[in-house]
Amino acid sequence: MLLGNYLQLVYDAEKEAVKAFNRVADKHGDEPDVYQTCQLLASWSEAHISDIQPELQLYPAKPDTTAEKLERVMFDNNEKGSFALLRDLHDLWLLATEIDICWTIIRQAADGLRDKELKDLCTKLQKGTERQIAWLQTRVKQAAPQTLIVGV
Amino acid sequence: MKQTRDSIADIWGERTPYFDEQWPERVDERVTEEPDNWIQAACVLCSAGCGLDIGVKDGKMVGVRGRSVDAVNRGRLGPKGLHGWIANNSKDRLTRPLIRRDGELQEASWDEAMNLIVAKSKEIIDKHTSLGIGFYTSGQLFLEEYYTLGVIGKAGLGTPHMDGNTRLCTATSAAALKVSFGSDGQPGSYSDLDTANVIMHVGHNIASQHTVLWMRILDRLAGPNPPKLIVIDPRKTYTAEKATVHLAPKLGTNIPVLNGLLHILIKENLINPGYIAAHTVGFEELKNIVAAWHPQRVEEVSGVPEHLLYEAAMLLGKTNTLVSTVLQGVYQSMQATASAVQVNNIHLIRGLIGRPGCGIYQMNGQPTAQNTRETGADGDLPGFRNWGNKEHINELARLWNVEPDTIPHWSPPTHAMQIMRFAETGSIKMLWVSATNPAVSMPELARMRKLLTRDGLFLIVQDAFMTETAQMADVILPAAIWGEKTGCTTNVDRTVHICHKAVEPPGEARSDLDIFIDYARRMDFKDKDGAPLIKWNTPEEAFEAWKECTRGRPCDYTGMSYAKLTGGSGIQWPCNEKYPDGTPHLYTNGVFPTAADYCESYGHDLDTGAAQTPDEYRLIDPKGKAFLKAVDYQLPHEVPDQDYPLWLTTGRVVYHFHTRTKTGRSKELCNAAPDAYVQLSAQDAVKYGIKDGDMVEISSRRGSVIQPAMVGDIEPGIIFIPFHYGYWDNNSRSRAANELTLTEWDPVSKQPHFKYAAVRIRKAVAQDDEEAQAALKHMEEVITNNFKMEGA
Repeated sequence: MLLGNYLQLVYDAEKEAVKAFNRVADKHGDEPDVYQTCQLLASWSEAHISDIQPELQLYPAKPDTTAEKLERVMFDNNEKGSFALLRDLHDLWLLATEIDICWTIIRQAADGLRDKELKDLCTKLQKGTERQIAWLQTRVKQAAPQTLIVGV
Repeated sequence: MKQTRDSIADIWGERTPYFDEQWPERVDERVTEEPDNWIQAACVLCSAGCGLDIGVKDGKMVGVRGRSVDAVNRGRLGPKGLHGWIANNSKDRLTRPLIRRDGELQEASWDEAMNLIVAKSKEIIDKHTSLGIGFYTSGQLFLEEYYTLGVIGKAGLGTPHMDGNTRLCTATSAAALKVSFGSDGQPGSYSDLDTANVIMHVGHNIASQHTVLWMRILDRLAGPNPPKLIVIDPRKTYTAEKATVHLAPKLGTNIPVLNGLLHILIKENLINPGYIAAHTVGFEELKNIVAAWHPQRVEEVSGVPEHLLYEAAMLLGKTNTLVSTVLQGVYQSMQATASAVQVNNIHLIRGLIGRPGCGIYQMNGQPTAQNTRETGADGDLPGFRNWGNKEHINELARLWNVEPDTIPHWSPPTHAMQIMRFAETGSIKMLWVSATNPAVSMPELARMRKLLTRDGLFLIVQDAFMTETAQMADVILPAAIWGEKTGCTTNVDRTVHICHKAVEPPGEARSDLDIFIDYARRMDFKDKDGAPLIKWNTPEEAFEAWKECTRGRPCDYTGMSYAKLTGGSGIQWPCNEKYPDGTPHLYTNGVFPTAADYCESYGHDLDTGAAQTPDEYRLIDPKGKAFLKAVDYQLPHEVPDQDYPLWLTTGRVVYHFHTRTKTGRSKELCNAAPDAYVQLSAQDAVKYGIKDGDMVEISSRRGSVIQPAMVGDIEPGIIFIPFHYGYWDNNSRSRAANELTLTEWDPVSKQPHFKYAAVRIRKAVAQDDEEAQAALKHMEEVITNNFKMEGA
């Protein structure tokens, strides 16, 4: 069974999300809503991590067949300012969307296994991920015109 | 000089006890000379909206008297209303435009000033589009002026960067009404106070902030069947002293207390299941969230004793009429919108809405805050239209005869705090401030001063006085104010009043309406057919244009006219063919403006502020049912620690309004409350070695101020500083409360958090300069004469 590998994947991605949200909060601390909200959203991913842990005990990942860990160049700028903010929010959205599809995939397996607990967990955690994505969408939409048109 | 009562010494005046009848008349009057004639208007020194007449003699304002015919006040006026008008006659009014040349503000002609603004606008639009231009207006102008400004911003320039200082005082009111009911618009009427059995004030020191509404409650308390009062406020205010139950939560814990009240109501089955089923959605989710807030947990988090919470819940749960009022203790705190919504929820789950005696007043701070919101001068779309609804955009485009894409609607309008942030980064290059004073009223003033004086920011200030903000301007436009121009104001219970022009403005000062129209003409804003975009020249023509904009919307003005508003009482909207005399209560049939094609907002995540998309909303379209929404508690972002061990909270005092631009120019109001102060508990006074009247230095991570101490009537660990006092009349020490406050805001309403910050205090080193000594002496008088009585 390879379910554990996907649980591991989403577990790693949520860990990355905690780091990423906190990093964006610190880096763009001059944008007060980004500072506050990214910290809040990091705390949600933190909670997700502890919720996933017991499931990973139940369905451990198979070491030899581990799907490739999430790897891409994200958060690669050290700049501050509105353009860097837009890029960082964009990357957070990619990361959160990755997590979102993980929940969809795991949920399918949970259905097949008739594992009610895992199904409920997927529903609950996916809801949190969707709320993270919704905020990122809202904030990106707000920042985009000013950043791309006026450009300061 | 003639006055019917001394409102400084006795704020609320004589009682006229009553119950379940029309509130008896009592006409309050104060004139310096006998007027030749009286001109109808309404008071603009709080959001109650009292009808008054302005006394005029030889073309000069000489006093005011309350209008006995007016449903709002039945002749009464508060101390600010009776005294504040004198500011119109001040010697230091701005009377000519000023332009900064070589660093100095110099007199200029209107042509020079307006041409400069137009040249600057065009230069910015050329290089950066109109996204380089922002407007920050007020809750003090008239409806006609806001609507004109709104049309200029949305259909002329096409910039989303427009907001009012209503963001600081009333944004949460609008947001909470939208969350619960689908649209802004206060459900109740002040007449509900005449019969309500229970009245609840949440974070609202009504005795001080809305003195005339408080007179109405005092008259009920003195009459037969007096109402029971529930007051939720961390300070023992005069309002709290009259309470049947006073809950004094720790700062930042409104959500636990309100969730706790809902918890008890649901657990004890003191709800109206029929109403919930027929008229609301979301009850199960609400129930799940408040289930965790049993009274013991509420006590642990908020400090409100279990038995008091229970007592309050029993009053709420067993009454068949209830009026609730909400103000800055909620709006300027953490989780503001979510908390204000909890009050709506109490009414909804008990079915106490839409009939006499059952009112929710999500109070406004300012006299025309409601108009800023209705007309779109706060960035929302006029007529409570939904920026996410394409058909609403098309309606406006047809009305204004412009292309729909002219109107910025790609994302939410830019809120004031974000406008300031764009000015700080240099992204907004021209900021036009009208009738407000951000250099004193915004949070974190050091940051504010820096961004307002930033190189490359062209700052226009349109005001009647040389405020702290005006001093930093590149161009100053002298404005006519209330009494010197005609226009309408709409108060908290949707009552529309007309304010007629009583006297000529001083010097070359012009009405805000004339200034905005002049700008539109010089900018040559046109509609699709090449006709001028702004098709009106007078206030009455602007009002008629506005009426068309409201047709079929919740705030329908189509049944009103200047003639109808003149002579009698104010009229409550909606007023149209169906309701020619106006409407005291909204939602009488339990149908709310939540339908997807009608609602003002598609909703937000109350924790993050994420906007729900139109498609998401259509899936859950409640088609006229109200929303029950709840959130769990979040700790405030800044809490006291070792370095900054005390909580600071800020607020108003009864004798002043805003940054005292008007009230500070009345000798009597000024003498009654001459200076800022810091209120602290007796325990903290001992702990820090501070005596009544000592000068105290208060510091936060953002700045520091020095204030004389007033000891008592506040919980240990909390200190209070009134926010009115800036620098225009006293520059001798750092004293504006907002030097200390935080730059952060509610995720939904975007209203800043003025009600908490971590601070430290110490006795200030002895100061012998004369001004500080004079301030100290004033304060001693204040402490003994006034504030103790008010319980501020």
